[in-house]
Amino acid sequence: MVPQDLRYTKDHEWVRVEGDMATVGITEYAAEQLGDIVFVELPELGRTVTQFAAVGVIESVKAVSDLFAPVGGEVVESNLELSTSPELLNSDPFGKGWMLRIRLAAGATVDGLLDAAAYEALTAEG
Amino acid sequence: MADSHDAPLATPLAGRHAALGARIVEFGGWLMPLQYSGILDEHRAVRGRAGLFDLSHMGELFIEGPEAGAALGYALTTDPAGLKVGRAHYSMICFPEGGILDDLIVYRLGEERFMVVANASNAGAVSDALAARLEGYQVILDDRSLATALVAIQGPRSAGILAGLTDVPLDGLHYYAIEEGTVAGVPALVARTGYTGEDGFEIFVDVAAAGTVWDALMEAGKSAGLVPVGLGARDTLRLEAGMPLYGNELGPDTTPFEAGLGRVVSATKTGDFVGRAALDKARADGPRKQLVGLTVRGRGIARHGYEVYLGDRVVGTVTSGTLSPTLGEPIAMAYVTPSESAPGTILDVGIRDQRVPAEVVPLPFYKRPAQATARDVDEAPGRTTGLAGDGT
Repeated sequence: MVPQDLRYTKDHEWVRVEGDMATVGITEYAAEQLGDIVFVELPELGRTVTQFAAVGVIESVKAVSDLFAPVGGEVVESNLELSTSPELLNSDPFGKGWMLRIRLAAGATVDGLLDAAAYEALTAEG
Repeated sequence: MADSHDAPLATPLAGRHAALGARIVEFGGWLMPLQYSGILDEHRAVRGRAGLFDLSHMGELFIEGPEAGAALGYALTTDPAGLKVGRAHYSMICFPEGGILDDLIVYRLGEERFMVVANASNAGAVSDALAARLEGYQVILDDRSLATALVAIQGPRSAGILAGLTDVPLDGLHYYAIEEGTVAGVPALVARTGYTGEDGFEIFVDVAAAGTVWDALMEAGKSAGLVPVGLGARDTLRLEAGMPLYGNELGPDTTPFEAGLGRVVSATKTGDFVGRAALDKARADGPRKQLVGLTVRGRGIARHGYEVYLGDRVVGTVTSGTLSPTLGEPIAMAYVTPSESAPGTILDVGIRDQRVPAEVVPLPFYKRPAQATARDVDEAPGRTTGLAGDGT
């Protein structure tokens, strides 16, 4: 079961929208697939990102993976704790492992993203 | 043997891996466990306690006959005829042009009997090359790769765990030595070899006995903190230990000298061997590239295929890289032009759109505490000591 109040992408990221602020992270499924995460590179604050653009990097012991912006807007905060404790992405991906806060661009929406049921169906396919 | 286009093979321990919840990947034509609990956990278990590996994908080739030593001396770069019975050495089989076909361990089981262990992905090619090169010698080549399982136990507590299950006296079994005996009651070849930089053993048994040996070791090791370890941690362990991986550090476009392993090319062997003329020339000409260790001094992890720069000039390529679980910093191996290969040289690695500084450092990155003697390490792969001259 994934949190029901979030939206999801096919790239296994989650978004929580509160007002014009979107909090972004990766799903537990993504963290499990990557294995032990040891390095995170996040975009600089103030950067304007377009939806689905690559904005950061997540590295596990074994592999490198891109972080995509699930919504367009301005990066206003990043989780600095991840630079010293990237393992939070494995241990608490929906909580302490959050990655970015993006202020939604005018007109930006999460309507096109998956809801919890659709995302669970996606990961159930393997 | 498994060609890459064939359906992948399963080891005799596949059911155990599934029951342990392993993530399975295809490697060298086999379905192998990548990880169980996680690469970092497994890596640390081997460094601090002990880990159990299924290496049944490796190729085991038995060469027997009155000319077995001489025949292998012609086929390989080393001189197996010089090995004492019960001892082993690291070796290579090269192409006539001097490039590396595979890296191997050669065990002398008897006066006229040897076992050559090859990488899974090359086992078929090594078998074919040996068959061709041994022609005309009084030897029989018996490719027992599919009939032989290999279980390795590695880590400081390995000897303590294995001792209660085997009649092989482990105290007398030197590093790079092998002895026939039993493990968990089944006939086995027990070798003190490995690919982790730790003390440990490799146990060769018939495929039908693999489960018995695996289960007995898992049970005996439980209280000592033994855990099953997959290929993911095997890779980070060998990288910290400065040991090369075929396909990354070694390949047909690389000579043993360039890999820093020129000592496996016998300079004293009389008579011809495959690749000799090309390797003599390569030794005289000097390497075109040199394998080095790199420690990344900025943020980022250098990975296989990333370019290495001196200023704006590309001077090399990363062959393997990870965040070292033991050291907590990004480490890598890379081929660079020989003029940039001295320890202390500061280079840059191209990590995505950035140039991140990295320092050339001596290999290995990690060396286990004490124990090893100079004679011991001289026979092991990788540049484990300054005593192991590379013959250049």
